[in-house]
Amino acid sequence: MTTPSEINMTVDCSGLLCPLPVYKAGIALNRLAAGDLLELICSDPGSLEDIPAMARQRGDTLVSATAEGGRQVFIVQKGGGA
Amino acid sequence: MSDRPRRLALVASKGTLDQAYPALILATTAASMGWEAGIYFTFHGLDIIHKKRHAALKIAPVGNPAGPIQVPTLLGVIPGATTAATGMMKRWMGRANMPGIPEFVEMAQGLGVRFFACSTTMGVMGVEEDDLIPGCDIAGAAAFLDYAAEADVQLFT
Repeated sequence: MTTPSEINMTVDCSGLLCPLPVYKAGIALNRLAAGDLLELICSDPGSLEDIPAMARQRGDTLVSATAEGGRQVFIVQKGGGA
Repeated sequence: MSDRPRRLALVASKGTLDQAYPALILATTAASMGWEAGIYFTFHGLDIIHKKRHAALKIAPVGNPAGPIQVPTLLGVIPGATTAATGMMKRWMGRANMPGIPEFVEMAQGLGVRFFACSTTMGVMGVEEDDLIPGCDIAGAAAFLDYAAEADVQLFT
């Protein structure tokens, strides 16, 4: 289980539609180092499929995805590390 | 994942507000995912990277049955129909926190999306290089096809 202290960056994309969550996540992940964890908060129903697809395409790892009441929280680990 | 990044090649051939967004959305998304992305702006699509015109793209109420204002083709000549439909679309976009076209163009360029400006369109429509936003490659069809031939995804918008 990921604890908040392990998160390296949080990006809140509440109220933003595609492509903005992926855009903001991409910028954040580019700033992080391999192995770092990004917490992404989204509300666009499209993000449920978009964020896993983005992680797959970038070579990052989707550590967890939770959705509750229209609020989604994703943890993405930046790839490229060991 | 192969060593070579994936590549998206888009043709943007239309210059109405609703038809400018999809190309910019797809290109910024591709670039955000680590892909290479390039857009070939041709015919009215060239307005999307035209300094003076890209902030003023409009919705065509005629021949656009899903547009924000339903206008029978015959009534499309009524003054103000285009302005009203455009204003409504811009309000929708603003309410949804969607950036405007100039901002989207900047976002795409900031991510390294390559912009090809169709040289034939420029010649036909009298558009000079200085009329376009900086950083566009003026290119003919062969140069773009050379780029698109190496693309994994090619779309016409």
